[in-house]
Amino acid sequence: MVRVAEEWLNVCGGCEVTILNIGEPLLDLLPSLQFVHMPLLMDHKYFGQVGEKTELEIPDAEVGIVSGGIRNEKERHVAEEMRKKCKTLIALGSCACYGGIPGLANQSPLPDLFEKVYRQSKTTEPAGDPSEGLPKLTDRVYALDEVVKVDVYIPGCPTAPELVTQTLTSLLEGKSFALPERSVCDDCPTKREKKAVTSVKRPLESPVPLTQKLEESRCFMELGYLCVGPVTKSGCGGSEKVPRCIKGYMTCRGCFGPIRKGVNPMVDMMSALSSIGLDMKLIPDRPATLQRYIGAQGRLKPLPQKR
Amino acid sequence: MGKEIVVQPVTRIEGHAKVTIQLDDAGNVSDAKVQAVELRGFEKFCIGRPVEELPRIVTSICGLCQWSHHLASAKACDAVFGVEIPPAAKKLRELANSIAFTEEHILHFYFLAGADFMMGPDADYSFRNVIGIAGKVPDLAKKVVRCRHLGARMLEILSGKSIHPVAAVPGGFSKPLRPQERDEIKSMANEVLEFAKFSIDFAKKEVFPKYLDAFDTLAVIKTGFLGTVKEDGALDLYDGILRMMSPDGVFEDFRYDQYTDYIAEHIEPWTYLKFPYMKKAGGFSMDLNDPKGVYRTNTLARLNVCDGLATPLAQKEFEEFRKTFGRPVQNTLLYHWARLIELLYNAENVVRLLDDPEIMSTEIWKKVEPRAGRGVGCVEAPRGTLIHDYETDANGMVTNVNLIAGTTHNNAAINMSVKRAAIDNIKEGKYDQGILNKVEMAIRAYDPCMSCATH
Repeated sequence: MVRVAEEWLNVCGGCEVTILNIGEPLLDLLPSLQFVHMPLLMDHKYFGQVGEKTELEIPDAEVGIVSGGIRNEKERHVAEEMRKKCKTLIALGSCACYGGIPGLANQSPLPDLFEKVYRQSKTTEPAGDPSEGLPKLTDRVYALDEVVKVDVYIPGCPTAPELVTQTLTSLLEGKSFALPERSVCDDCPTKREKKAVTSVKRPLESPVPLTQKLEESRCFMELGYLCVGPVTKSGCGGSEKVPRCIKGYMTCRGCFGPIRKGVNPMVDMMSALSSIGLDMKLIPDRPATLQRYIGAQGRLKPLPQKR
Repeated sequence: MGKEIVVQPVTRIEGHAKVTIQLDDAGNVSDAKVQAVELRGFEKFCIGRPVEELPRIVTSICGLCQWSHHLASAKACDAVFGVEIPPAAKKLRELANSIAFTEEHILHFYFLAGADFMMGPDADYSFRNVIGIAGKVPDLAKKVVRCRHLGARMLEILSGKSIHPVAAVPGGFSKPLRPQERDEIKSMANEVLEFAKFSIDFAKKEVFPKYLDAFDTLAVIKTGFLGTVKEDGALDLYDGILRMMSPDGVFEDFRYDQYTDYIAEHIEPWTYLKFPYMKKAGGFSMDLNDPKGVYRTNTLARLNVCDGLATPLAQKEFEEFRKTFGRPVQNTLLYHWARLIELLYNAENVVRLLDDPEIMSTEIWKKVEPRAGRGVGCVEAPRGTLIHDYETDANGMVTNVNLIAGTTHNNAAINMSVKRAAIDNIKEGKYDQGILNKVEMAIRAYDPCMSCATH
């Protein structure tokens, strides 16, 4: 039996539902796993079952799974406790790996966020920032590995159920797990004709006639619709391969993050587009669009104030 | 001052919360609060984005009811762009919504709240969960895992991506449903419908009868209600008008974009979560003996405000429910019963929509043009009425966002229910994990999502 602890930090819960979406193979895995902590499904508490302890405590485990980045001091504390108690720590999903969608908050200073939420919202009766008995928010959103050491990364918003199964199976066999360094385009069924793109359009209409099958359709980027597939890691489609958003006749927005460590997808995408003569100004809201899921680790920063 | 009991984290709910219970010198409860301990700030960081991108950004508000945010957002965008979407697109969106509801309600009843009833409220905490259920009734567990997973599979076939979908777009729906895909989904939908029928029978025979006393006594409070109905008063989860009911059952209907006339949000210093209340009540108070402005959303609220359900099997269950419990029902734990009636309604609705040949039309996406505007999009999320309100500049870039999620509406009611349950169950300083779990059951009835609620 392998002991597993699961925690969620600055999250939506989609990665936890992805674990449930493994479906029947999950029942096959269960006899080899012993879940010792998982707040979504189980009642283990941080400070003892009736709150009798003074220190936050998570049980020891061979495998720790953490989804979500870090947005407050409690989440930082839980991340540290998970690292202390788990032999192998998995960062599950793009929030844990790169900050995820909530990382978009890194484009504005924290006081502006509070100002909007508690004093500048249409139906809200303005008041001071809540703080009594609440964990303090951190200055920005952090990816998990900016706070503790991470052993295995499974990106995606959310990740694919099969990748969770593969990771757990590998760890049960004593092996590590990493996704191959392929791009979304490597698994995209649309046809590329390698002809220059002439403009960048916003997705305000269907990129292709909807009577057409996907395999008969041309590459959405070649048709002028911004797709960050070329600079995004593949894997979202699981064994079916076909990238999920493409399957929905929509372009990729980069939820699996960079293809390999150390690269800069925004710079790569921009140089690829400029090399074929496209004006970058045609992409509205460029930094946040090209780095939508990877805003932690210093990628998205407060914007200069407009005058 | 007496002792303070802190339950952290609240478990088998979505998102992050803690319960703080204050005892007096005699060991009786003097106060109890549910504190939401997270905040991400979507209303701030959605500003500056191209509005057509929001339906695929706001999904990350919630990993469970991502379809609700996706659809509310697409509807808000439709209104911003001033477009009437093609009828087939509306049907595809409603289909996705109903599939997502079946998946969600199965998840809540069996994976989250069910253990309190099937294992017992004061069972050992290490077994009081879905893994405990799997050990006790393995065949049922297998069925549950399969049927919930079928929901995800249907949504994948329908839209490409089941969690954090992309297919609802301003102007319609991006992916057509091919005949072969329709057939594939249909056979799964029939299986889920059978399971929905089984679930309500099972609950009525094996689960609820043991807890009839608890229904009448645990966490009962008196509030108003909010939900969505069609023009004829029947329940609608995708589109309709809002109906707000006062605690004595008198109601008023209004359009989505009038919500600011009816709802205001109060702030307390001890939780990141706001407290929406009925403006017309003239103020806000969570005093258990004299509450003011407090209303509830989610399953029980919807069954209280509606006049009927448009599918036959669910309508039968609804009639029995209303005859047995009256209108409006105030018993908090009956949220679970109402949830199973809604599970059946949605399972039937999925099959109904799949039988409509128009759903396979490829006329599903109307082109839109950026403009300055405001749009309010509203759907019923599994956890309650969900409102997205956007404003844009002439280039279609977002300038303002206001969101009220299903659980946000229930914040005051959840706090009151917990206080009620704590007062009634903790006496003279006596409590254990089972008693504290009963307090948490008052929260679970609402199937809350703190991530959605604080967004």
